[in-house]
Amino acid sequence: MSEPQVTQAPEAAGENAERRLNMIDAINDAMDIMLERDPDVIVMGEDVGYFGGVFRATAGLQEKHGKTRVFDTPISECGIIGVAVGMGAYGLRPVPEIQFADYIYPGLDQLVSEAARLRYRSATEFIAPMTVRSPFGGGIFGGQTHSQSPEAMFTHVSGLKTVIPATPYDAKGLLIAAIEDNDPVIFFEPKRIYNGPFSGYYDKPVEPWKKHKDSIVPEGYYRIPLGKARHVAQGEALTVLAYGTMVHVAEAVCANKGIDADILDLRTLVPLDIEAIEASVEKTGRCLIVHEATRTSGFGAELSALVTERCFYHLEAPVERVTGFDTPYPHSLEWAYFPGPVRIGEAIDKIMSE
Amino acid sequence: MAGDSEVASGGSNKPALALHVPEPKYRPGDTADFSHIDIGEAGALSRPDEASAPADMSDFAYSLVRVLGEDNQAHGAWDPKLDADTLRTMLGNMALVRAFDERMFRGQRQGKTSFYMKCTGEEATSVAAGMALASDDMVFPSYRQQGILISRGYPLIEMINQIYSNKGDKLKGRQLPIMYSSREHSFFTISGNLATQLPQAVGWAMASAIKGDTRIAATWVGEGSTAEGDFHSACTFATVYNAPVILNVINNQWAISSFSGFAGSERTTFAARALGYGMAGLRVDGNDALAVFAAQQWAANRARSNGGPTLIEYFTYRAEGHSTSDDPSGYRSAQEQDEWPLGDPITRLKDHLIAIGEWDEDRQAAMDKDCADRVKTATKEAEKNGILGHGLHHPFRTMFEDVFEELPWHLKEQADQATREREIKWPDEHPKDGAGK
Repeated sequence: MSEPQVTQAPEAAGENAERRLNMIDAINDAMDIMLERDPDVIVMGEDVGYFGGVFRATAGLQEKHGKTRVFDTPISECGIIGVAVGMGAYGLRPVPEIQFADYIYPGLDQLVSEAARLRYRSATEFIAPMTVRSPFGGGIFGGQTHSQSPEAMFTHVSGLKTVIPATPYDAKGLLIAAIEDNDPVIFFEPKRIYNGPFSGYYDKPVEPWKKHKDSIVPEGYYRIPLGKARHVAQGEALTVLAYGTMVHVAEAVCANKGIDADILDLRTLVPLDIEAIEASVEKTGRCLIVHEATRTSGFGAELSALVTERCFYHLEAPVERVTGFDTPYPHSLEWAYFPGPVRIGEAIDKIMSE
Repeated sequence: MAGDSEVASGGSNKPALALHVPEPKYRPGDTADFSHIDIGEAGALSRPDEASAPADMSDFAYSLVRVLGEDNQAHGAWDPKLDADTLRTMLGNMALVRAFDERMFRGQRQGKTSFYMKCTGEEATSVAAGMALASDDMVFPSYRQQGILISRGYPLIEMINQIYSNKGDKLKGRQLPIMYSSREHSFFTISGNLATQLPQAVGWAMASAIKGDTRIAATWVGEGSTAEGDFHSACTFATVYNAPVILNVINNQWAISSFSGFAGSERTTFAARALGYGMAGLRVDGNDALAVFAAQQWAANRARSNGGPTLIEYFTYRAEGHSTSDDPSGYRSAQEQDEWPLGDPITRLKDHLIAIGEWDEDRQAAMDKDCADRVKTATKEAEKNGILGHGLHHPFRTMFEDVFEELPWHLKEQADQATREREIKWPDEHPKDGAGK
């Protein structure tokens, strides 16, 4: 095929299988479709209405679906999540946006003690079927308040699902599944790859999504089930567990080093696709875990424990974690902090030398 | 030493700053005197139009709406003019709440459950307020609004099953006693985290407005919890979207051992919080069932006609401890309850009914006995389903249900673990018979 183009939308799904979108447009498409399909879906957040969001993820949605379906909110994450809980109790299916994952903390009580617990504490009388979308992760010179990866905190909370897409195709299908899910879902969007996959070689020109195979985003409705990992690459030498931006970085490093890696994009941290992880590690006997978040009590610790508990006798080397450092995300030293090719390469060398 | 304070103030002649830490007027052993509280006169206040602009009725945030006077008659424009049957129902509901509280408190002391919270002295703020709403208006209560459930006809036995966490508990023994939930009665699941229900009520009301529904939401919170950020978020969202919601602040003077000064009462009223948001604010005698009803009805009418939210401060007094885990004799004067200038809500409504010739002491005594009997009967029935810690709880596997809609693999594994532990601990019991030890 020649260079695919972003084309006008055809009438029906499937007619234009080669439509290419970046991740922002894929996310926008998912919300557009769900607003259309389900009158109970509403989208709200800081700057999401008329303006369409600071990352443009909700652009055009208010104009199309109306001001009571897509609207701006006060700058109050506690209020945004709190009213979303009440809306869910009414029967709506709110999709609140938290402008940056770093801003989510004022809403934590409403997420942890309320949204996550309604089904259980009311014995199913009330549920919180909300999807909290939020851009997360670094690599955009956002400093410590626009770069964090707090996903592990949410995986620690019983009753919350945590979803992180790594491609435009997945972002759309996973977001639709999250919105349709009757449990509260934290949907973290890796903002470094909103506009193109990132190899981790930050000094090289940015590749747009349209050159990536997973930017083909079909028209219309489709969903990707939560809890199913994606096989990025099949290999025999080494299992790589990653999600979000780090899927692409790990993939590039393995390719550069010529490692025959079996790379899993986890897509969902809770529920986790443990079967895929076990199958891969049993095949390769070696496991590398890569995430951008801080190391101590990061989700990599959980993954490492699970792999060790369940695949110990298949392991030929200790499980390795490559992560961000246990410091705030520094502004000027962003690329010294980022778990890039050098850190990943060193870890691969260590595992492969055992 | 003078030299020290010079050092403390940086050696300049600027005055040293002083921190104010609020202190209640009376501590244990003190003689309580509430003559400084201006309660105004019953019937003295006008009743503003329900469509009034908040700024045009700001006085109502500082005064006290009262209907029942010292003469036990209803006075003034706020008299809701309820018929005698409704008043008797109101009185009966409050009496039933009090009888229920008495027996459940005793049950906790007898070891039948772990915890209980009475609402003695505050019955009107839930019963009369709840009765002013439509039965399908959604309420988001705090933990002291059992009066709403009782006045909505929720079966006592269901409440007791929940309090005992027994096998009949519809909440499967998961919640602390009194943290009820009843979707059927439009009664939201109670949280132990304070003030979280406020933005939720606003969100429910926003949803109702988004859908063009006719139902409104009402929520209750203690004055102490208005200090939470959730209260501020709720007021902001309620006014920004003109949500059809009523925010009820139950100012019962005490948040466990902290008097209302720690929530700001030394500076202004809680009703006055409304004014900064451009919200209607009413301050109401919370021990006057007619005033409570009238204010809630005013706010409900306002919300129902898209007039927007109202914040109501019900000025009342927590006559007993915060909970069965609390002993107020350790931090406040035992005299306070007797000296409280606004009396007892049940006594006042009873005296009113007697004064208008619709009630007498004999009927009151018969009603009290009937309430006690109903509670006793329900208690006996509930005890057949077990009491806390005596084996008749829900099956082990229910611990893992409803965390998510579907059971994920890790919870399945943990459920298997729990079952295994059960078989090791009690090998003689059939593992699948449901009720374990």
